[in-house]
Amino acid sequence: MNDISHSPSAAKATATKAPPEVPQESAAVPKMRAEKVSVHYADKQALFDVDLDVPENQVISLIGPSGCGKSTFLRCLNRMNDTIDIARVSGHITLDGENIYDKALDVVELRARVGMVFQKPNPFPKSIFENVAYGPRIHGLASAKRDLEEIVATSLQRAGLFNEVKDRLDEPGTGLSGGQQQRLCIARAIAVNPEVILMDEPCSALDPIATAKVEELIDELRENYTIVIVTHSMQQAARVSQRTAMFHLGYLVEEGPTDMMFTNPTDKRTQDYITGRFG
Amino acid sequence: MSATDTASASAPVDNQLGAVRAGLKRRHAQERRFQMIGLAAVFAALAMVAVLFGSVLFKGMPAFWQSTLHLQISLNADVIDVGPPPVQKAGQNPAEFEAELTDWRRALARVSWNKILEKAVRGVLPADLADAKTRDIVGIVASGERYALRDMVLEDPSLIGQTIDVDLLADANVDNWLKGNIDRSLGQSRQQLSPGEQEIADALAEKGVITQSFNTGIFFNVDSRSSPASAGLAGAFMGSLYMMLVVIMLAVPIGVASAIYLEEFAPTNRFTDFIEVNINNLAAVPSIVFGLLGASIFINWMHLPLSAPLVGGLVLTLMTLPTIIIATRGTLRAIPPSIREAALGLGASRTQMVFHHVLPLAIPGILTATIIGVAQALGETAPLLLIGMNAFVASVPSSPMDQATALPVQIYLWQGNENFNFFEARTNAAIIVLLGLMISLNAIAILLRQRIERRW
Repeated sequence: MNDISHSPSAAKATATKAPPEVPQESAAVPKMRAEKVSVHYADKQALFDVDLDVPENQVISLIGPSGCGKSTFLRCLNRMNDTIDIARVSGHITLDGENIYDKALDVVELRARVGMVFQKPNPFPKSIFENVAYGPRIHGLASAKRDLEEIVATSLQRAGLFNEVKDRLDEPGTGLSGGQQQRLCIARAIAVNPEVILMDEPCSALDPIATAKVEELIDELRENYTIVIVTHSMQQAARVSQRTAMFHLGYLVEEGPTDMMFTNPTDKRTQDYITGRFG
Repeated sequence: MSATDTASASAPVDNQLGAVRAGLKRRHAQERRFQMIGLAAVFAALAMVAVLFGSVLFKGMPAFWQSTLHLQISLNADVIDVGPPPVQKAGQNPAEFEAELTDWRRALARVSWNKILEKAVRGVLPADLADAKTRDIVGIVASGERYALRDMVLEDPSLIGQTIDVDLLADANVDNWLKGNIDRSLGQSRQQLSPGEQEIADALAEKGVITQSFNTGIFFNVDSRSSPASAGLAGAFMGSLYMMLVVIMLAVPIGVASAIYLEEFAPTNRFTDFIEVNINNLAAVPSIVFGLLGASIFINWMHLPLSAPLVGGLVLTLMTLPTIIIATRGTLRAIPPSIREAALGLGASRTQMVFHHVLPLAIPGILTATIIGVAQALGETAPLLLIGMNAFVASVPSSPMDQATALPVQIYLWQGNENFNFFEARTNAAIIVLLGLMISLNAIAILLRQRIERRW
C-alpha cells in the first residue's frame, strides 16, 4: 500500500521537478492518450474526434461551457459510459499504451487503475471506515484486518480528513459535511491506489472553504497520481492544473499549458470563454 | 428589476399590484376549496373503512361467544360397560395387542353417549319439564359434542366411573334461539327449534346451565356440516398457511430475482421491452383466469391432487409474481444512481454493485412489495374455486398435498350455508380472523422494515 507509484520513476521525476513549466509534448510518454474519440448518445453525437494526451503526474483540467462534452470525455477514460445503454464510444484510448476498450481488458481492472470522484459527494450509506475500506476489500488489497485499517488510515490522512474523523470512523459517512464527504470520496478513490484519478467538477457542490481544501489536496495528490479534472471554474483550472483543455460543442478546441491558455489562447472561442463572453 | 426601474414605470405597477390583489381572494378561495375537497375525500374513505370494520366486528364478535352447556356428567361404569383398556402383556404379539386395543375402542364408540348426555341434562331440568322427550333433550346439545365426550374418555380411560364437569356446545339452533337470531313470534312451522327444545333451552338458560361462553372451537375445530355449532377455522387456516408458505418460497425469490435481472442487468432491447409489457399485462389479468390455468396445467396435465394447498400456492404464485416484480423494480429504480456510480467507479463489478450497495438499500422496499403480494394472495378466492379448494374438508391438512380449503374460501362457503342466521356471525368471525392475519402480516413487515432500514 505504501508503494504508491506504479509508474517508472524517470517519468515521475521529470513531472515533479518543475510542475508549471511542463515538459514538451514529445518528451514524456503520456499516461493516457485519446485518439479520435467520438461518443454518440443514441443518434446524437456528443463528442467529435477528440485527440488528447493526459501527461503523467500532472493535473489536466477540462474546461468549457455546459454541454460541451468534457464530462462525457472524462467518463470515457474509465469506461463509465459503458453503464449508459444508449452511449456508443468510438476511437482509441490507451492507458500506458494499452487500449482500454480492448475486449481483453477487464473493465473492473481498468476502474481499479483509473479512479473517479463525482460532482456530487456520493459516500455509501455506510460507516466512514466501510466507505474507504470497500475498494481495497473488493480488490483483495488487504488480507488482514490490520492491513485494511492501515489502508483506511493512510487514505484518510492523504485526503486530509483523518484528523477530523479519526474518532468516529464507525459513524455514517453521509453524516459528514459536504466538503468532508467529498474528501471522503477522494479518500475512497485513493484507497484502491489508482494510477489516474478522474474528477468530475468535484467542488461544484462545495463552499469556498471546502473548495480550497479540496484544491490543496489535488495539488498534493499530483505527486503520486495523474489527475484529470472537469471544472466550471476558470480560477480553479488556473490554480490546480498544469495543463488545460478547452471543449466546445463536442470538439476539443485547444489544449496546452494552463498559463499559456489563460494568458495567450490561440483560439477565439477559448479567449471568449475565459474572458466570460459566453458559457 | 431595480428600484429606479419600478419608479419610472409606476403606472403599470399600480395596475399590476391591483390585479394581483384582485385575484388574491379568488386564488385563496380556490386553494381552500381544493383542501376541503381533499379533506372530505379522506374522511369519506375513513368513514367507509369504519363502516366496514364496524359492521364486520358487530356481526362477527357474537360468534366468539356461543351458547354452552355446563354439565356434570357421570361416566358410570355400568353404562360405559367396556372394562379397562387392554395392557400389552409380556411376550404378546404387537399385532394381537393392536387388535385388542381396536376392539376396546370400538366398544367405547358403541356406548350410548346420547343416553349419558340425556341423563346429565335431565338432572338439571326443572320439575315441570320432567316429561321432556328424549329427542328434544339430545337435540339441545350440538351433535358433534357426543364424539368430543367419547374422545375425552378414549384419551383418558381413568375417567370411567367418575363424575366430570364439562362444557358442551349447544346446538346451532339453540344458539339462534337464545341469541335472538330468530324471530320468536314466527309460527312453529317456521321455527328451526322444536317446541320442546325451545322450552328446554329457555329453562336451562334461566338456570344458568346454558351461558354464552368464549368459544375456542372456532379456532381449533375443523369445518362441520353435521354439527354446525362446532364448525371451526382450523382446516382453512392451515390451508391458507401452507399456501402462503408455497407463495413465499416461490414467488418471492423468483419475483425478486427477475426484478433484479430486468432492472440491473438486462440490456434494453425489443425483447426486454416485450417482457416488461407482458409483466404489466399479467398484473392486470383477472385472477380467475389463473385458476383456469392452474386447473388445466397443474391438475389436468401435471396430475397434482385436487384441492391441495400446493396447487393453490402455485396458482397464487403465478398471480402474485407480477405484483412482486413490478413493486421490486420500482424500489430498485428509486435507489439513487450516484450510489451505483460510486461503486462502479471504484471498480466493483455489476454483481458486487447490486449485492453490496443496491440490494441493502432496497430491502425495505422489497419487503413491502412481498407483503403486498402475499396479502393479495392471502385474500384471493376466485382461482381457488377452480382448483377444487371449495370442497368441504373436515380435517386439518397435515401437508401441502392434503385436501384443504382456505380462509377466504371458508368465508365464501359459510356465507352460503343454509343455516344463515347461525352462520352469518361465523362468516364475519372468519373475516375478522382473516383481517387479523393480514394486519399482523403487515405489522411484521413494518417491524422488519424498521429494523433493517438504517437511516443515514
